[in-house]
Amino acid sequence: MGESEFVELPPEAPLAVSVPSSASAVPETAAVPARHSALVRVTHWIATLCFFALLVTGIEIVISHPRFYWGETGNVLTTPLFQLPIPSSRALVKTGYGYVLPDQNGWSRYLHFQAAWIVVLTGLLYVMSGFFTGHWRKDLLPHKADLSWRALSASFGSHVRFARPSTDEAWSYNLLQRLSYLIVVFILFPLVIWTGLAMSLSFVSAFPASVTLLGGEQSARTIHFFVSIALVLFLVVHVVMICVAGFRSRMRAMITGRVTTGNMAAGPAAVRKERT
Amino acid sequence: MKEISRRKLILGGLAATAGVSGLGVAAHLAEKYGLVPPDHGGIYGLGETLTYASQRLLTRHSLAREFSRSQISTPLPNEIAPPSEAYKRLQAGGFADWRLTIDGMVDRPGSFSLAQLKSYPSRSQITILACEEGWSYIAEWIGVPLSHVLDLVGVQPQARYVVYFSIEPDWWESIDMADATHPQTFLAYGMNGDDIPTGHGGPLRLRLPRQLGYKSVKFITHITVTDSLKKFGKGLGSAAPEAGYSWYAGV
Repeated sequence: MGESEFVELPPEAPLAVSVPSSASAVPETAAVPARHSALVRVTHWIATLCFFALLVTGIEIVISHPRFYWGETGNVLTTPLFQLPIPSSRALVKTGYGYVLPDQNGWSRYLHFQAAWIVVLTGLLYVMSGFFTGHWRKDLLPHKADLSWRALSASFGSHVRFARPSTDEAWSYNLLQRLSYLIVVFILFPLVIWTGLAMSLSFVSAFPASVTLLGGEQSARTIHFFVSIALVLFLVVHVVMICVAGFRSRMRAMITGRVTTGNMAAGPAAVRKERT
Repeated sequence: MKEISRRKLILGGLAATAGVSGLGVAAHLAEKYGLVPPDHGGIYGLGETLTYASQRLLTRHSLAREFSRSQISTPLPNEIAPPSEAYKRLQAGGFADWRLTIDGMVDRPGSFSLAQLKSYPSRSQITILACEEGWSYIAEWIGVPLSHVLDLVGVQPQARYVVYFSIEPDWWESIDMADATHPQTFLAYGMNGDDIPTGHGGPLRLRLPRQLGYKSVKFITHITVTDSLKKFGKGLGSAAPEAGYSWYAGV
């Protein structure tokens, strides 16, 4: 994949074939498949909602004890691995700030676990259905030929230059995208669920290896924190890339399933035909 | 727009009916097998019920991890300020008049002195006490399993919960029978080879190592066995949900 394939156009500019970009003007034909299946779209937005709930409540829970430890135990009388330079919602923690924030732990914990349940069940549905529909094999597993350092650095290079993706990419994922989605779905999410469960006193009573493998309950908490940061970094890059690729068209594709900018509206086959 | 065919409408209707009645059956079964927590109402009820139900299905008999003596934390955090006048009077008398009253759905309601409790077979555990804030420590707890004392008073078969009260006002919690009869649920009077200091809940603390610290209530004087938590406080199960925290704290 060479960089020449990236069409340098301002976002949202109509492409070669001029078709009115409003959705109503595009004739509905059965031949145009949805960019994202209904299941992918619905699970994506449920996961988005849950992610924000988990993030906000996670921050609130951390504020009640912004110190991190390694091993089985840790408290205000032990030396922390590190302490976040933020005020706390508990007077017990010495922060250097002259005030104590209001306690938000109650509802935060209720909502954190509820959102966790919903995102885990939704995620399971998404992952399982992906195996049946071929979503993993067709859309997300990188092509063998693409798995070289050259392809990887070319893809990386076009990303750091914020090059606008090719028209074909409105209908598929590029190499870096595929790899990051796979890492998020099959590494980061399982890790954040595992480390979350390993903090549950009752869960580890039934599955002690889930916490001893991590080095203890406080280690699990510290890893949970860092994996959450990795997920937030993914979210930031994800949103930046959507803006680079064309915020409105990508949002429309994830909400309605349709790609309605220029000739891409006709579907992936039409784009490919024109390019060959 | 696509026209919805009659077949689709019928199939959809059948699926919806099956779904709703399926949920109804699930709710009925969950209630019957004690999988619904007392704070299941409200917007967080779904998450609470899923957590409590799955914990009850997976962890009913599992034992909290125990540690070696060398792993006991020193010094111990979270001592609380000396409590009320009622406590101080009993403390002045060396706790000789401290009584634990047990009533409710039991055959032989009664009260126990500390000396009586200490005369029963004692057990010890070296377990983690974790706070919902995120910190934790390991300590040794010595006491009599709650189940031993419950057997002495004879719990009636319809009992479903054990409610326990501190001498301090408005400090009470409750647990289901699975936790009440769990071998690691102690009426603890000793800590790290000595009496429990006042700051850690002495002379008598309910120790529940598979749940967060706030369920291990300090200064226990009263236990009630019941089939329903609706009559206690605001009916949410314990003081924790009234303060916005979940009743089941195994997470």
